[in-house]
Amino acid sequence: MADVNLFLLQLFTGLALGSVYVLLATGLSLIFGMLTVVSFAHGAFFMVGAYIGVYQYGVTGNFWISLVVVPLVVGTVGLLTERFLVRPLYGRGIDYPLLLTFGLSYVLIEIVRIFFGVQGIPISTPEGLRGAVNIGVGHFPLYRLFLIVATAVVVGGLWLFIERTRFGLIIRAGARDPEIVRVLGIDISRVWLLVFGLGTAIAGLSGILAAPIRAVTPEMGIPVLVESFVVTVVGGMGSLAGAVVAGLLVGVVFSLTSLYAPAFAETSIFALMALVLLVRPQGLLGRAGLMG
Amino acid sequence: MLAVDKLHAWYGRSHVVQGISLEVKAGEIVTLMGRNGAGKTTTLRTVMGLVARRAGSVRFDGAEILSEPPHRRFRRGLGYVPEDRRIVPGLSVRENLRLGLLASPRLREEQRLIERIAGTFPRLKERIDQDGTSLSGGEQQMLAIARAMMSEPKMILLDEPSEGIMPVLVDEMFALFRKMKESGTTILLVEQNVERALAISDRAYIMDHGEIVFHDSAANLIANQEIQERYCSI
Repeated sequence: MADVNLFLLQLFTGLALGSVYVLLATGLSLIFGMLTVVSFAHGAFFMVGAYIGVYQYGVTGNFWISLVVVPLVVGTVGLLTERFLVRPLYGRGIDYPLLLTFGLSYVLIEIVRIFFGVQGIPISTPEGLRGAVNIGVGHFPLYRLFLIVATAVVVGGLWLFIERTRFGLIIRAGARDPEIVRVLGIDISRVWLLVFGLGTAIAGLSGILAAPIRAVTPEMGIPVLVESFVVTVVGGMGSLAGAVVAGLLVGVVFSLTSLYAPAFAETSIFALMALVLLVRPQGLLGRAGLMG
Repeated sequence: MLAVDKLHAWYGRSHVVQGISLEVKAGEIVTLMGRNGAGKTTTLRTVMGLVARRAGSVRFDGAEILSEPPHRRFRRGLGYVPEDRRIVPGLSVRENLRLGLLASPRLREEQRLIERIAGTFPRLKERIDQDGTSLSGGEQQMLAIARAMMSEPKMILLDEPSEGIMPVLVDEMFALFRKMKESGTTILLVEQNVERALAISDRAYIMDHGEIVFHDSAANLIANQEIQERYCSI
């Protein structure tokens, strides 16, 4: 019985970890599905979000404000990035924006080092979200539970936005056939701008949400970027449902492997990715031939 | 309504449209004919703003639009139904129709406009909440036309609307074009079905190797078998 409970608790830990992946992969997928831009700066936006959020939290002492301020600020950085850096590269092949965002991520890391130092900054678990709650199989940290719920809220809101609003209809249509959207009177470059901003805002939000369970350092986005790509590849590039399923799956695989075979935890998610690629090269919920 | 003057267009290095001039007056149906590869589709795409390398002049409703992006041309009242219908997968019939209204000031009247379209296209009404790509080829073509008509454009460019469609539906479609003309829509039609197209057209241009090689009233062209065979037989 104790073993089962331990397993279930670890499963929940995996879901909490996976929640961060879900948010990151959702943003990446949204941007890729719409703009065919692979944003290598996604991890850096995640890190910038964590820093801005922690800084804000330090100043006002109110964590909740960060959850509003961070997506706005990081989203604005995303808008500026698309408008002035990525946009001139459209029509040049997928590697141009990829290299640009890769370089941008290092610029952002350096900027944060200049302002906040190289060794990282501490953040305490926000008041009201400390401690643990009994979830039936044992005590589970309240903040991690909050992380799962917050992710569900963000993903649910995003789903409603995409399925139920006019702008969401443009996103769905534009991801499949940008040309038809253009000839029906829609300025697709404005849509791309906003989608890039939205995806980036979600990356920033996931940064501040993850900050209390991860070390906040200038380099924190680097492993996260790699893991998010694993998630997008497992889920299928451009698929939002895929990002959700794969994010949770990768989180659970990682956390269960850390329980039973800790030495293989880091490797396990890549093994999962290799396995998925062998069986379904387009990812769990991806469409075949998207990259072709 | 539309005046194209010395228009050139390129795809990569190939010079597909080589200095053509044509005119469509308000209220006319004009057909652009010619063999496959003559440059008809590229001409329509250039008029709609979808070809990056182009030169010359395209005037629509009195304004030079050659360098405007497609969405601006749409907002001026220029509609376009591309060759392969392009019904967006994953979207219902209703959503495809709504897409045609998003950039239109009439968006608020969506319900009324969909009802009206449903009157013209009863088949679409029956399938309004189905996935658009689950329709038959002919129904998808009707949907593509209905989508472009949602915003009530002044002029519409139609690329091979009868291609691969059951003869019964083709009759229905040409009757519809006539009705569109009666209600004041100007039409530039690219069509392989020469006989049908000429029957409803006012005038026609024939393209070959990227140039306009012949131009006459539809009535004269119907009588001119020699020209039809020389440029339009496959």
